[in-house]
Amino acid sequence: MRGPPLASEAISCRGVAKVWAAGTARAHEALRDIDLTVGPGEFVVFLGPSGCGKSTLLYLIAGLEAVSGGELLAFGAPVTGPSPERSLIFQETSLLPWLSVWQNVSFGLSLKGVPEAERRSIARTALQRVGLAEAFDKRPDELSGGMRQRVAVARALAMRPKVLLMDEPFAALDVQTRQKMQDFLLDVWRDSGASVLFVTHHIDEAVALADRVVVFTARPGRIKTIVRNDLARPRDPFSPGAEAMRRHLTELLRDEVDRAFAEQEALV
Amino acid sequence: MAVDLARAAVPHIRPRLPFGQRLALPDGFVPLLQRTGWMLVSVGCFASLWELLWAFGIADAKLLPPPHIFLGNLVEQARFFNTAQRWQIGTGMNAGPSPAMAVLITVLASTGRVLAGLALAATLSILVGVAIRYVVLVERLTLPTITLLAPVSPIAWLPVAIFMFGIGNAPAIFMVFIALFFTMVLSTIHQIDGVNRNYINVARTMGASKRQIYARVIVPAILPGLLAVLRLNLFGAWMVVLVAEATGVGYGLGQVIMLARNTFNPSLVFFTITLIGLLGFAFDLLFRLVQRRMLYWLPRDAGSSLGL
Repeated sequence: MRGPPLASEAISCRGVAKVWAAGTARAHEALRDIDLTVGPGEFVVFLGPSGCGKSTLLYLIAGLEAVSGGELLAFGAPVTGPSPERSLIFQETSLLPWLSVWQNVSFGLSLKGVPEAERRSIARTALQRVGLAEAFDKRPDELSGGMRQRVAVARALAMRPKVLLMDEPFAALDVQTRQKMQDFLLDVWRDSGASVLFVTHHIDEAVALADRVVVFTARPGRIKTIVRNDLARPRDPFSPGAEAMRRHLTELLRDEVDRAFAEQEALV
Repeated sequence: MAVDLARAAVPHIRPRLPFGQRLALPDGFVPLLQRTGWMLVSVGCFASLWELLWAFGIADAKLLPPPHIFLGNLVEQARFFNTAQRWQIGTGMNAGPSPAMAVLITVLASTGRVLAGLALAATLSILVGVAIRYVVLVERLTLPTITLLAPVSPIAWLPVAIFMFGIGNAPAIFMVFIALFFTMVLSTIHQIDGVNRNYINVARTMGASKRQIYARVIVPAILPGLLAVLRLNLFGAWMVVLVAEATGVGYGLGQVIMLARNTFNPSLVFFTITLIGLLGFAFDLLFRLVQRRMLYWLPRDAGSSLGL
């Protein structure tokens, strides 16, 4: 079933496994036998109960952690470490508080020694794309939570990533802001042409955003099923199709949440 | 009962404009005025209590002279701040600078030692702390020894300071340094370990090298914590410098205290204590200003709730 790796696949996981603290008494299996390919420009949502390893898979793809087994490829080449072409956006604010907004956006470029004039112009463009041009000289603590996440997206975009990895990026935001951020993200995604891998435990986010929804099982994390979401964009969250998708995903998830609960109770 | 407790925990909300806004005074002026006012009230209460005890004859003026006595004859007190090298043959009791000048020289001498020791300890401890986390071999070679020496009281280092440096400025500076160095190394390591993982991961995904992660992320991230530790150690430095000076460094506030003790002069003791208190207070104020400048990114109100 597994063909040869294709350079045209943005991300390709072949039997990927992750064991934390392997070889010790505290070892536990986070991910088992993950097979997944993500095409260029595809929007894939990882959905699962908390602690199912979906964030772990994102960290593996980002190259921040090493796989314990299997093969993980980005554009046909094995992932050996972090790369600017795979940008990770975190749940909580990760802007460096001692830098201004534009310095944060161009932080990656400054690491490469790009001259300041060029960094300023790239930062300006990236901030315009996220609608925050006027925040150029502000400090992160002067911005709201939603604005900070938009700056984080601008920072990722400034590196011209081919894959955007997002670890529950809107979880800390209120519901109204989250909805706005979803629309904003879809705009960014359409403009940039990058693949997006988006981790969440909100079914609504999967319904609104995904081309495909990868549903994870509870510990150890495995892919339970992959659901295509072919609802026409722009999507109406209250359309019959969206309702049906929501119900389908809810049912898929319910078993796993029950199992995760039972497991946690057994541990106590 | 529970309801009463809940009500007591809720602060009264007064729908009145703050004092400063009603009078249209510049920002920060009123809090400053209030803080100064409360400081005067606080010190005033303490002094009044002391004066009362003296007035009722409980505090003996020969042993615990109240403020109006030990602050009443400044010129008389200043006479003891003799910075002339009296131990040298041919130097008379009245040789040397004027009393006011002598007080200034004494204060500056102690201040200089505190600053030198503090600067030395801060620089070296940050360097060593970062090196310990940066290179595993450095950690294995130095950390056990540093942890072993951290709890040793500065008093125990006093003879070592004299063996190594004799008398003069060097042992006093060494004492300040050694009293702060080990704990500040440990605190630097603690701060490094506490750096938000997201900051580091962001830098890593952007292709930062290990050196860049330390220089561009970890060091700026630990700066607030380090300055807070440094400020706490500021008072420690003032305590230690006095001990060091008491053993004979020529002149300094500690030496004046020793002189006062040996000549049974309680007024001089309290006068010097007042001086040290004022100096420490001024240092703290100055340090807070520096801290605010260096940590421009920290929100002001968060700083005040942390006591910064």
